[in-house]
Amino acid sequence: MDEAGFVPNKPAERKISNPLWLNAEITFRCPLHCIYCYNPVDYARSGPELSTEDWLRVLREARELGAVQLGISGGEPLLRDDVEVMVAEAHRLGYYTNLLTSGVGLTEKRIAAFKEGGLDQIQLSFQDSTRELNDFLSSTRTFELKEKVAKLIKQYEYPMVLNVVLHRLNIDHIQAILDMAEAMGVEHLELANTQYYAWALINRDQLLPSREQLVRAEAITNQFRTRMGNKCKVYFVVPDYYATRPKACMNGWGSVFLNIAADGLALPCHEARMLPALTFPNVRDHDVRWIWHESPGFNAYRGDDWMQEPCRSCPEKTKDFGGCRCQAYMLTGDATNTDPVCDLSPKHHLITDVTAKAQTTGQPVTVHPIVFRDDKNSRKLSEKSQPETTPVG
Amino acid sequence: MSEPRIAADAVIELERQYRFQWEAAQQSHVLLYPEGMIKLSGSAGEIMKCIDGKTTAAGIVEKLEQAFPGNDLRQDVMDFLEVAHGRGWIRAKQAG
Repeated sequence: MDEAGFVPNKPAERKISNPLWLNAEITFRCPLHCIYCYNPVDYARSGPELSTEDWLRVLREARELGAVQLGISGGEPLLRDDVEVMVAEAHRLGYYTNLLTSGVGLTEKRIAAFKEGGLDQIQLSFQDSTRELNDFLSSTRTFELKEKVAKLIKQYEYPMVLNVVLHRLNIDHIQAILDMAEAMGVEHLELANTQYYAWALINRDQLLPSREQLVRAEAITNQFRTRMGNKCKVYFVVPDYYATRPKACMNGWGSVFLNIAADGLALPCHEARMLPALTFPNVRDHDVRWIWHESPGFNAYRGDDWMQEPCRSCPEKTKDFGGCRCQAYMLTGDATNTDPVCDLSPKHHLITDVTAKAQTTGQPVTVHPIVFRDDKNSRKLSEKSQPETTPVG
Repeated sequence: MSEPRIAADAVIELERQYRFQWEAAQQSHVLLYPEGMIKLSGSAGEIMKCIDGKTTAAGIVEKLEQAFPGNDLRQDVMDFLEVAHGRGWIRAKQAG
């Protein structure tokens, strides 16, 4: 979240703040098959999607708690035909509503209905500046369609917000990506380096750029930023593998962010369902107030009682909250460990071993071919992850 | 900052991507924008309430001086509008 925006909690205080951001992952279905998707790798065995009525109730309950930013995402949210209903209700309730889409399914009829209903923003994702790589990375043919959608977004007087996920295979095209953004009249450009969760973790060897690639891309981006000034706000999110301190993940656990997944599971972040020690509630069984304030899952890593050393006695724990619980679990096997991105972590070598391998030029040596995010692969990965995944609350 | 001064007869409007509203949970007026929220102080909220895309800077001062009689608010209001303009929250359309 933007630093000018929400004020992070002081984790030492046990007082629970309001959620400010509701992310509604309304479906896991997607026409794209991006190799860095952050949806759970076993999404294929998640339960049935919430109904329209369920979602409208969730919107009301979260708004009552103070949530004010709403992201409608997925999968591809436009695969549901009730987004218009949700948008209109969200607007009535006073949310600032953002639709995060690949653009597939965004017809003129639908965008007109969204405008009418009070949608505030559309964030369009592009995989790359070239048709070849865009289509390869998403395993579809969508490039030209996205160009058309970008024109529609302008035509309906939405701010043009573009998201491009950067990684080893496209980061050297940064100049072309910036040129494309300029030609499209982009006003907010988010250049988000891949974070290594879910599908991106599986494909990490193929996706992690070298430090040299990263430094070059950031320098070119900075030139663009200076040249564009206020015409285009550029956010360059560095991959945390190249940091020495962890990110303040979600501004702290259960602090401002509430994620509701397609199957109704309520989570403190996009990825938390992977944590085997925790059970998360489902909005089918509980109201949002109970979920946020009372549920064990949302309280698990609030405050700092759960921390181990070196976090526990670290003066920086109020700044970064020990980093990301999911990353700590994925890489060290224990979610209460220090995020190994931190160079004070005794397991920091788990990161540096991986980044060291990424410094070679050309294609990295990999243990397996790229795994595309699709139903078949997800079912295969579900079987593998079955014994260690949390049952749906 | 070398922002151009806002003329008294310039019409003030909110920038397109911002939305201004009262947030009960925050007990304050806020500005919402893509992926964020700015909590406004009481006086900033009162000034923003007067911005409707039709009223000039001078008109906003006048409205507020009527609402809070006995105060000379011109300088405070103009200072705030300069800051808001500098941060990209509002647009000032010159008359004529």
